[in-house]
Amino acid sequence: MNPQFEHLYEALSKVDGYIYPNEIELSWSILIVLYPFITGLVAGAFILASLERVFNVKALRPTYVIALLTAFAFMLVATMPLIFHLGQPLRAWEIMITPHLTSAMAIFGFVYLWYLMVVLLLEIWFDYRADMVVWSKDAKGLKKWLYKAFSLGINDASPESRKWDDKLGYIVTVIGIPSAFLLHGYVGFIFGSIKANPWWSTVMMPVIFLFSAMVSGIALVMLVFMVLNYVRRQKIDMLCLDTIAKYLFYIIIIDFTLESLDQIHRFYEAEESFEIISLLMSGKLFVTLLIFQILLGMIIPLITLGTLQFFKPKEKIRQAIYFVTGLLVLFGIFFMRWNVVIGGQLFSKSFYGFTSFKLSLIGPEGFLMASIWLVIPFLILAFLLWLFPPWKKTQHEHLPAE
Amino acid sequence: MPVQLKRLLILGVVLFSVFLLFKYLLTPASFGQYGHYRGLALEENAALTAKYTGSEACYDCHDSIVAVKNESLHSSIACESCHGPGFKHIEDPENEKMDQPDSREFCAHCHAFNKARPEKAITQQDIREHNPDEKCIECHNPHQPQQ
Ligand code: HEC
Ligand code: HEC
Ligand code: HEC
Ligand code: HEC
Repeated sequence: MNPQFEHLYEALSKVDGYIYPNEIELSWSILIVLYPFITGLVAGAFILASLERVFNVKALRPTYVIALLTAFAFMLVATMPLIFHLGQPLRAWEIMITPHLTSAMAIFGFVYLWYLMVVLLLEIWFDYRADMVVWSKDAKGLKKWLYKAFSLGINDASPESRKWDDKLGYIVTVIGIPSAFLLHGYVGFIFGSIKANPWWSTVMMPVIFLFSAMVSGIALVMLVFMVLNYVRRQKIDMLCLDTIAKYLFYIIIIDFTLESLDQIHRFYEAEESFEIISLLMSGKLFVTLLIFQILLGMIIPLITLGTLQFFKPKEKIRQAIYFVTGLLVLFGIFFMRWNVVIGGQLFSKSFYGFTSFKLSLIGPEGFLMASIWLVIPFLILAFLLWLFPPWKKTQHEHLPAE
Repeated sequence: MPVQLKRLLILGVVLFSVFLLFKYLLTPASFGQYGHYRGLALEENAALTAKYTGSEACYDCHDSIVAVKNESLHSSIACESCHGPGFKHIEDPENEKMDQPDSREFCAHCHAFNKARPEKAITQQDIREHNPDEKCIECHNPHQPQQ
């Protein structure tokens, strides 16, 4: 058969029912799934750090810096999937130099920059400034110069200056919490405000995104914390681990409730779009939604973490359970993003048909490309941990919230 | 004011000035002339020659075909959607030839069976089944397809 026909008939074989021509191919693929996933990890990790700082949860102290560095490492990569999806990466700076104030998408650059520069970077800086001054005295070579440069040439590590660091850092954290909410609520808003798409268009979207972000961020920090302790052959601080797991459990409950509420609302309203959406959920999204996202990513973690709240087996067993649960949660939240982004493009806006999506292995929107953007943040994190080892910091308590 | 705040303020001012400098240097001169875009873009586009002339341009010289086609089921289709852009041909018809697409694939662009197209709007054929060995135009006159 002629290749042109083959392409046509192949495209048509992906389609069920009636669909508009521009809906056959998905324009947003896995890179756009990654973007809310990664920003979610950032916001979640940051909120965990703030719990310790602002709400004074002492048990979480050992994770404070790890959470911040994790958030930072992922934040640096958060925009990369978007920029690579653009195809013309050089276009990216135009949203910054010609800001368009009425477009939600265009404001992203500023929300991102605010969060990266003013919140994350500053908070980490205040936390490490005095240590960098101390370290720069003993360190050699590259490290020495990096510390010198990063401490902006300040030489003062006196207790008074540390007090100021604490005070200013605290202010940044307080500003940071609404900013983290803004960052991720905003990502949800972009989807939630698309009124033509009934799968996305709900006011709940920002809230759901926010809470699922917290879930994934907390799970990630929990895993990083555990792995770090294994690698350094340290005994894990079980009080801390149990506390993270406790918060993870609470937030999953909230997230689960909100998401269920959203679905129940949808079922009960049963608008004209309901038929196609229920077909979507029971058909194309069956595995990724019901099995991956809800069963593996929510129900099982709820059961395991819930049980551990009342019944505490030996430490080793608890650690194993936490580890597996953490992975499951991350897996589930990834597929939550998947179901939103990919799911929202699988059905026709005419509500009469479906297209399908097949993830390719290679290529600019393929699986390998996506994996690269998931591995790089961990490399950055490893570098940050090498340069700014939290375990070498001088121990000092944060000022209590005044 | 503590020293760290001072240094940060200086750094902030420096970064912000760099941003303003970049904004100044990189924003195209005609940006915002008419709206939130580069004004020159309009003039640049207007200066391009139109490649498609519209079907009216063909009427003077090909009136017999026009007459036939406009009465046919293909009446809604512009000459140039099949023959390609005519801007050179209308100036110099002897030397600048138009496309005459006679392959089966060409008609299939519109007539191949496609679930995404309402059957009411366009009649569709399974191209693999419908007289597969001959060109469409051997049986259908492209300007008068119903025959
Ligand atoms: C559906 C597609 C289609 C449209 C619309 C169409 N043509 Fe054609 N035309 C063809 C094809 C295919 C041929 C080649 C026929 C052949 O090789 O026998 C052709 C051939 C011609 C020829 C040369 C052969 C002849 O019959 O004299 C002229 C002149 C021509 N078309 C002019 C026009 C004009 C003028 C219009 C607009 C009023 C027009 N065509 C619209 C498809 C089309
Ligand atoms: C100035 C008069 C004139 C105009 C305007 C004109 N044509 Fe032609 N066209 C001719 C002539 C003369 C021929 C015959 C050329 C030949 O025999 O070499 C021709 C031939 C054709 C052919 C046959 C293939 C070829 O190029 O020889 C097609 C197809 C065609 N014209 C399409 C069009 C279409 C479509 C338009 C409108 C965009 C158009 N023509 C406008 C004069 C014109
Ligand atoms: C730009 C899209 C387009 C192209 C290209 C095109 N057609 Fe059509 N064709 C139409 C439309 C629109 C109609 C009118 C609606 C209908 O009845 O299907 C039509 C009608 C017809 C019909 C009459 C169908 C009926 O209901 O009896 C035939 C036969 C036909 N075309 C054959 C052809 C052939 C042969 C070609 C290739 C030279 C061709 N068409 C190229 C759009 C196209
Ligand atoms: C051997 C001659 C022949 C060839 C070649 C041929 N057709 Fe037809 N076509 C017919 C006849 C006869 C009919 C009317 C009978 C029918 O409906 O099957 C027809 C009908 C059609 C119709 C209208 C169907 C309807 O339901 O009214 C379309 C559209 C059409 N053909 C398109 C094409 C296209 C496109 C090609 C090339 C890919 C093509 N034909 C090739 C003979 C032919």
